[in-house]
Amino acid sequence: MGSDGIQKLTMPKWGLSMTHGTVIEWLVPEGAEIVAGSEILEVETEKITGSVESPINGTLRRHVATPGQDIPIGGLLAVAADPSVSDDQIDHFIESYVPEAAADESASDDLVPEFVDVGGHRVRYLEQGEGGQPAVLVHGFAGSLDNWLFNHAPLAQQRAVYALDLPGHGQSSKDVGDGSLEMLIGTLHDWLDVLGLPCVHLVGHSLGGAVALGMALQNPDRVRSCTLIASAALGPEIDAGYIDGVVEANRRKQLKPCLERLFADPGRMTRQLVDELLKFKRLDGVRDALGKLAENFVVDGEQVVIFRNQLDQLQAPTQVIWGNEDLIIPSSHAEDLPDLISVEVLADCGHMVQMEAAREVNQLILSFLEKTDS
Amino acid sequence: MARRLSFQQAINEALDQEMARDESVILMGEDVAGGQGAEGEMDAWGGVLGVTKGLYAKHGDRVMDTPISESAFVGAAIGAAASGLRPVVELMFNDFMGVCFDQIFNQAAKFRYMFGGKAETPVVIRTMIGAGFRGAAQHSQTLYSIFTHIPGLKCVVPSTPYDAKGLLIEAIRDNDPVVFFEHKKLYPLEGEVPEELYTIPFGEAEIVREGEDVTIITLAEMVHESIKAAETLAENGVECEVIDLRTTSPLDEETLLDCVAATGRVVVVDEANPRCSIATDISALIAQHAFGALKAPIQMVTAPHTPVPFADNLEDLYKPGAEKIASAVREVLEYQTWEATASKN
Repeated sequence: MGSDGIQKLTMPKWGLSMTHGTVIEWLVPEGAEIVAGSEILEVETEKITGSVESPINGTLRRHVATPGQDIPIGGLLAVAADPSVSDDQIDHFIESYVPEAAADESASDDLVPEFVDVGGHRVRYLEQGEGGQPAVLVHGFAGSLDNWLFNHAPLAQQRAVYALDLPGHGQSSKDVGDGSLEMLIGTLHDWLDVLGLPCVHLVGHSLGGAVALGMALQNPDRVRSCTLIASAALGPEIDAGYIDGVVEANRRKQLKPCLERLFADPGRMTRQLVDELLKFKRLDGVRDALGKLAENFVVDGEQVVIFRNQLDQLQAPTQVIWGNEDLIIPSSHAEDLPDLISVEVLADCGHMVQMEAAREVNQLILSFLEKTDS
Repeated sequence: MARRLSFQQAINEALDQEMARDESVILMGEDVAGGQGAEGEMDAWGGVLGVTKGLYAKHGDRVMDTPISESAFVGAAIGAAASGLRPVVELMFNDFMGVCFDQIFNQAAKFRYMFGGKAETPVVIRTMIGAGFRGAAQHSQTLYSIFTHIPGLKCVVPSTPYDAKGLLIEAIRDNDPVVFFEHKKLYPLEGEVPEELYTIPFGEAEIVREGEDVTIITLAEMVHESIKAAETLAENGVECEVIDLRTTSPLDEETLLDCVAATGRVVVVDEANPRCSIATDISALIAQHAFGALKAPIQMVTAPHTPVPFADNLEDLYKPGAEKIASAVREVLEYQTWEATASKN
């Protein structure tokens, strides 16, 4: 709460590389009531377009930033205050606003990923938040911890939340051994040991969902709960053309149409997002790593690692989240699951549902984690 | 990926990592190891501007100093490549290339073709280009178009540290002769470079800035001048797309033509002399294949048809820069057809 009960909404930092964002449009007019978690405006970054959620409750008194304007992280976007606060007081607050440079710098210091050695593999991870029952975010095929850019910080408000790069991915070492699920689960297991995390909430997306599920089935004492997002291993169907495309593509023209299949609205994807995956793909060893993983998980156009008939053995409480327009793994895999598993299928979202409906997904995860903490 | 390296360090790292990975990679050139006859690292100059500094200490005899005889050592590198090594030979300034044209044009470039596709010549010739260094007429030329003209040679002209490392590793692993042009003014330029090894495929131009009004096609140091011009123009609401060719052979014709089809207005920026150049080559390509999309004549921004002057003020005048580029962009934007001009009068 600021002076005179005036509260501020500032440019958030999404992901490691973001330094500024461009205001696209306001979703809430001046004078409207806002509550924490509601989407206030659309912002475009070099990577992707997203909605800024309100961290505060109150009356939205002033749009400080205008559409088209470029605002650095921590820069003022809007102010909220009780209607009893005068316009003069609002003006004064805006004029005297100093971006919290020092605070922002220390915040970005926290956003430096670390590396640990896990049985000869160099594993990169990022930790945000502290305390509580920790949670671990596991990305999907050809992804990285950056896939959680809209989720990591919001989920880390009440607990330590870790995101890691699986072997062969991001900036972790590119050796994936035989490329099997066992290898990925083994690395996750040993990484938890290295970090001294006896029991965690797991949140897995796509291939990361298969890793989370496998981990929960094989090591029930290590997994507090499981959130499976557009998860692999729940049925045979998959867009094998996407997998092949991502493995083989080495040029922007080949990669871009593949990546567009990840989103219900491909317009959210920017040039930078394609560039980053292209840069990753061009690292020595990545093609082999992805190729080996693909061979293990997809044979003759179908998923071959499937846990559907073992779900009743799951001890960890589990929820499943899907986008109804997922072109990579169909949302029908969220149907006919055991009754104990809660299922949410979100409208107008593709495979990257945690990006496209970040707010809903974050809320689903937050309340699920809270419910399953004890 | 926060680590930053200079263009020069990125080239050094590419050489170092490839030598560590593959022992058939060797370096040759004038003073690439030593220079004055002292012992070991004491003597390790690392080439005239120090690009290979430190490599002699790490890789020893695989970094070989050569006599000042380009025709002999470039020929030796090509022969070594034809018989199993992967030499990276440094030919200081591309201005000196004339004395080994036979080795490059008539031998290396022809082996694969003349020996039924069975011969491979995995040699990389690294060389410096560019004016602006007060190096006068014999150390400042930009000659990539001469090499681009010859089938059988691949020509790489990077503009950033990231591209320099990835394209040099690709060049070393390529089984054909590659001429790798380094603009000497870019050596101190810093940018993000992954620590790991990576390759960038040849023949893929990079759209370094998006814009819908005018397409600027360029390469090497002029990429940065073009971006500067584009940023100035953007303040007045003109959005330029800037394309970095990255390799002139192979040339990414598809990207160029796609971009021109979208904007219809083209400025080609090339630091080299204007006759028979990359600028004229690309202008011809566009005139031939995208004529219908053009809304104005293609503009070329190049050096004049003169040697690089020694006098500082004349050298500055010789070299294209952001201001000249911006005025060429304005010209293509303000162009009116002859009919439109006539009807006004």
